[in-house]
Amino acid sequence: MRELKILAVVVGLTLVMYWGVEPYAHHEMHPTVTEADFEFKDVDGLNGAKGDATNGAALVQANCTACHSIEVANFPALMSNADNGAAYGVVPPDLSSAGKIYSGDYLAAFIKNPAKAGKVEHKFLDGAVHPMPNYDWMPASDIADMVAYLQTIAPKEMSNKEVFTDACLRCHGIKYADMKGGSMSAQTPAENIKAYMGKTPPDLSQYIRSRGPEFLKTFVNDPQKHLEGTAMPRVGLNEEAQAQVIEYMEDIGDSKKSQREELGPKFLIYMVIFAIFAFLWKNSKWREVH
Amino acid sequence: MAKITKANSLGEWFDQRLNTTQFNKVMMTEYWIPKDINFLWAMGVLLATTFGILIISGIFLMMYYKPDINLAFDSVNYTIMQEVAFGWLFRHMHGVAASVIFLIIYIHMFTGIYYGSYKQGREMIWISGMLLFMTFSAAGFSGYMLPWGQMSYWAAMVITNLFGGVPVIGDALVVWIRGDFNVADATLTRFFMLHVFLLPITIMGLIGLHFYTLRIPHVNNQSSEEIDYDLEAQKYLSGNKKESKVIPFWPVFISKDLAVLGVFLIFYFYLVFFHYNFAMDPVNFDPADNMVTPAHIYPEWYFLWSYEVLRGFFFDIAGIKAFDIGLAAFGFANVAFLLLPFLDKDPEILPAHKRPMFFIWFWILMADLIVLTVYGKLPPTGANAWVGFYAALAFLIIFAVLPLVTKMDAKKRGK
Repeated sequence: MRELKILAVVVGLTLVMYWGVEPYAHHEMHPTVTEADFEFKDVDGLNGAKGDATNGAALVQANCTACHSIEVANFPALMSNADNGAAYGVVPPDLSSAGKIYSGDYLAAFIKNPAKAGKVEHKFLDGAVHPMPNYDWMPASDIADMVAYLQTIAPKEMSNKEVFTDACLRCHGIKYADMKGGSMSAQTPAENIKAYMGKTPPDLSQYIRSRGPEFLKTFVNDPQKHLEGTAMPRVGLNEEAQAQVIEYMEDIGDSKKSQREELGPKFLIYMVIFAIFAFLWKNSKWREVH
Repeated sequence: MAKITKANSLGEWFDQRLNTTQFNKVMMTEYWIPKDINFLWAMGVLLATTFGILIISGIFLMMYYKPDINLAFDSVNYTIMQEVAFGWLFRHMHGVAASVIFLIIYIHMFTGIYYGSYKQGREMIWISGMLLFMTFSAAGFSGYMLPWGQMSYWAAMVITNLFGGVPVIGDALVVWIRGDFNVADATLTRFFMLHVFLLPITIMGLIGLHFYTLRIPHVNNQSSEEIDYDLEAQKYLSGNKKESKVIPFWPVFISKDLAVLGVFLIFYFYLVFFHYNFAMDPVNFDPADNMVTPAHIYPEWYFLWSYEVLRGFFFDIAGIKAFDIGLAAFGFANVAFLLLPFLDKDPEILPAHKRPMFFIWFWILMADLIVLTVYGKLPPTGANAWVGFYAALAFLIIFAVLPLVTKMDAKKRGK
């Protein structure tokens, strides 16, 4: 009985301290933010408009392909990543998968005003302009048509790696995905992206450990929530695409997770058996002396 | 030389040459431990086991770790964590054991304080134990630097900077410790040497000393009763096991230790597999960057109380700089526990619940240490800074009044 009381005191004090230095301290240092919003309620998007993909095709060809490649529609990249980086500051995205990975409303809002939709207007002051011009002069129906076209041509299924590549890799590398070949480093040359963003965007190899899935969920959805004033734009990934991005980061940065989760219970079962036998032995020995 | 006859067994062969039977008696079957103990007396074996886990996992990690600022981070987070078979397991075991060993050290320490096991002949047990605490602290700190993440770098920066506060030689001392003007490659390599060689070997030596210091004064017991070991051992050996107040280390004492160890290992492996972030800070999974200071720099949880004593004094007092006051207080905090046997003026060994004033003193100390630990992690702004200040001040006062408190108890008992 006395031992149980002592145990309760030891466990109680340990838990109080643990609560203080872990949940409480982290709560104080990283205030909770609102849930991720995948409907992008704040943007001026499609506003319910249904576009016409055929008309959209003509509009996209006339307005977008000067800078953007669309591999699935046979518009290959006109310049190398290095030239693109030097010309625009950042490699313009290929639009093949845009209709699949970005929210339609966000895409529409982005076409109208990229800096506003991305919440990075603070970066483009004093004459600096976003490399992509605003299309807010276009009729809303034309923008809806372009979005409809992009959604039509986009692949129906994409791997986690493909989504990550299209959504993140223009600025961020994830070198652990190909440590020897280096194929997963940022597409925009380091010097250009550094000049464009103000600092080199971090390699994301270990972000699943350093930030954790919960943080990434709200951060990718709206970086300003956690890092006010950051140069990283809100990219407008829909819920499914963002989940794929985070899954990919976990596949690369925490590649042994499934092994860990499979092995854990086995270790614990073994230890429980050890503890049972240890207690039985202890009881047999102490019965002789009590 | 003793006359050697033909041995009938391997055991006999060794016995003739190494006197193993006698050795076994002295170390195990006739090494007497009091019977009146509780599970807190198992912490020593838990510590030895955890240290063993650290050594074994550390050896495996060392096979792949590269002590070079350009290679260290990836050698840990890529090679060991993703490529090497079960490398992640060894790293998790190492990281979690390094954290949990301090929890057990603290339980072991406060058990000693509560039951008065540090005085009246047991001073050397206490002092060797505190030396172990200090070397473990140094090992923890040097090991934390090795993954070369953001916290590794900035903790190294902050802690090595502290030595700059030493009068006269401070600045030169900082450069000498770092091996460079900044925390740099030379710093990482030398801390690697400390972590994998000098400190472990010192710890092993100190563990030997710590075990030896127990032989003469013997282990204390729950009621701090003075035991005539020869008499009680005689009772035990003559078969009067139930009446004897002592038990042999092997198998009776160790059987209880193993039972406690079983429970501890369930807890430990649960942490290793499912709950490790507390011991492997997420911030340290960002590579070291001397251009970007993390928003919050804090040491591992086991250093928080002394860290808070350091930064609790955040304003100048009577013309003395806040940094210097903090540093002096921090220096005191690190030797305060070492001085305990000499600050306790009560001539008797008794558990805290039989020393009314000391009992109160003990729980105030515990409360203060918990407050210091919690506030040591929080950002030191606004009210937090003041809580930290008063808790740090309280820590100094708590140790300053100990001689008085213990004298009062002694006086009440008429000693």
